[in-house]
Amino acid sequence: MTDTAAKQGLRIVVCLKQVPKAQELQVDPVTKTLKRVGVPSEINPPDQNALEMALLLREQHGGEIIVLSMGPTSFDESLERAIAMGADRGFLVTDRNLGGSDTVPTALTLERAIEKIGGVDLILCGEETTDASTGHVGPGIAGHMDIPQITYCSGVEIVDRRVRGVRMIEDGAETWEAPMPCVVTVDFGCNKPRQPTLTGKVRVKRGGLVQHWSAADLGLEPSQIGLKGSPTIVAKVDTVQLPSRQGQIFQEEPTIAVSLLLEALRRDRVIP
Amino acid sequence: MAEHRGVWVFLEARNGALRDVSVQLIGEARRIADKRGADLTGILPGWNVEPLARQAIECGCDRILLVEDPRLEFYTSRPFTRVMATLRWKYNPEVILFGASKNGRDLGGRLHAAIDTGLAADCVRFDVTEEGFLDMIRPAFGGKSLAHIHCEEHRPQMASARWNVFPMPPRDRSRTGEVVRETVVFEPADFDTKIVGFKPTETHETRKIDDAKILVSGGFGLGDPKNFALLEELASLLGGAVASSRKPVDLGWVPKALQVGQTGKTVRPSLYIAVGISGAVQHLAGMQEAAKIVAINNDPKAAIFEIADYGIVGDLFQLIPEAIRQLKAFRGQAESARPREATPPS
Repeated sequence: MTDTAAKQGLRIVVCLKQVPKAQELQVDPVTKTLKRVGVPSEINPPDQNALEMALLLREQHGGEIIVLSMGPTSFDESLERAIAMGADRGFLVTDRNLGGSDTVPTALTLERAIEKIGGVDLILCGEETTDASTGHVGPGIAGHMDIPQITYCSGVEIVDRRVRGVRMIEDGAETWEAPMPCVVTVDFGCNKPRQPTLTGKVRVKRGGLVQHWSAADLGLEPSQIGLKGSPTIVAKVDTVQLPSRQGQIFQEEPTIAVSLLLEALRRDRVIP
Repeated sequence: MAEHRGVWVFLEARNGALRDVSVQLIGEARRIADKRGADLTGILPGWNVEPLARQAIECGCDRILLVEDPRLEFYTSRPFTRVMATLRWKYNPEVILFGASKNGRDLGGRLHAAIDTGLAADCVRFDVTEEGFLDMIRPAFGGKSLAHIHCEEHRPQMASARWNVFPMPPRDRSRTGEVVRETVVFEPADFDTKIVGFKPTETHETRKIDDAKILVSGGFGLGDPKNFALLEELASLLGGAVASSRKPVDLGWVPKALQVGQTGKTVRPSLYIAVGISGAVQHLAGMQEAAKIVAINNDPKAAIFEIADYGIVGDLFQLIPEAIRQLKAFRGQAESARPREATPPS
């Protein structure tokens, strides 16, 4: 292989966010509002696909995977999990002043952290998060850094220091090619993220693999971040009432219940 | 703040046509522009796209800023961002709207950081507040709430809008407007990214769940990928298609194209039969618009029952085969009862 990347190895940053576990979120049957209390967290699922993509690239090209997040110190848990899955080390940008950041200061903060890490070849992000679902942070980082971006990627190859990504759009799969450094946002579900390994867990247990930075460490002024640095605000939130449904439960024994159900559906003219 | 005027719509051209989401957005943007007493401008970068400018005017634009360059024939992020940023600084628009296609989101996400303004994603409604701010309304957290996003101190106010939430505006062939050719100066780096291949989607499976009137959808409760065959059989008896919640997709049981929910597809069938699906809000967000919802689950507390029209609490491995048996029996009866035609149909 003539690929120089194979000799030098790649420095890959995977940006990840800790989000409430989507499957655990339920609607309160009485109030019809979201039950959030006590909902466990996870690494944003598309970010897990991004991490898996990074691990596959490192297997091929060697190098280093750095996981990066921004949020409260409880996010350490997800960075540590990512290290247990195979990432080399992590950084958490954590600062009260960052609270309320929309996608502009978030992308700016992550970009500053990536600059501070230095020598980064590839930045991988999930296509979007399951909580805010904007998909803006990856392109925002690329915009701030003025480097190429390939969004909605289901697979990536590095050939001669160029990134070749398969981009899933509405009517097909485009193959884009861009020089490094490059931001790639990863299509949700495009691979199967691996589980943490025992060796990984032991590494985490020894500690010292996640480093914290404050906004000031990145040279960010309070006016650039948090609510102050965010162009958008959430002016209000309306709760959407679930459509009211008949909610008829057939409690008879299976044969009769099925027969009553099919009869009701025929009466409603939804089945032939 | 310098004076900012006018509503803009990014017009996405693909395969020689404007994408539906862009045309739909022209209708909505026209309404916003009228509320603000402002002009509506369509921004149309591309190559050989001038005929589309005419269409955009007939659909409601007052003016088109046309940027034609052979290097803009296919969408890539940097040159399109350069076009939007250059024109933004030249004209100071008050509002820029994007269709939330993959390319529209790619462009908006990059541009908002580059020109330091806000961007509300995936809006489903717009309004104008009393103070004259654009009220950008988007689903939050699995569609269970609607967030009103404002961008008060930065200009332009930018948002992307979802596909198919706004109707196609009527086309008025007598409408007139102005087409202004703009020249944008690019840098070599803008063309660093190249498209080297394209493979169209085999739409077969995907289209099935988009178009089917009846969806039989399976969840983690199916326990094993091979059990989806049961749902296939039920769906085919009903003339419908099989869909899935997220978990079976995550586990690799079924392809992603079948996934209904916030990170999958939004569907509006006349009947949605949720089998072994507990009903996480992310799933509900994708199917709650179904005309009728049936829930089959062994957990009486499953959230899916809260939004179902009909439900059966029980073992799906007993209930689905029973439904298949009864449907076959019904069909058999219907067929034997059908009167014979006097002459065979031609």
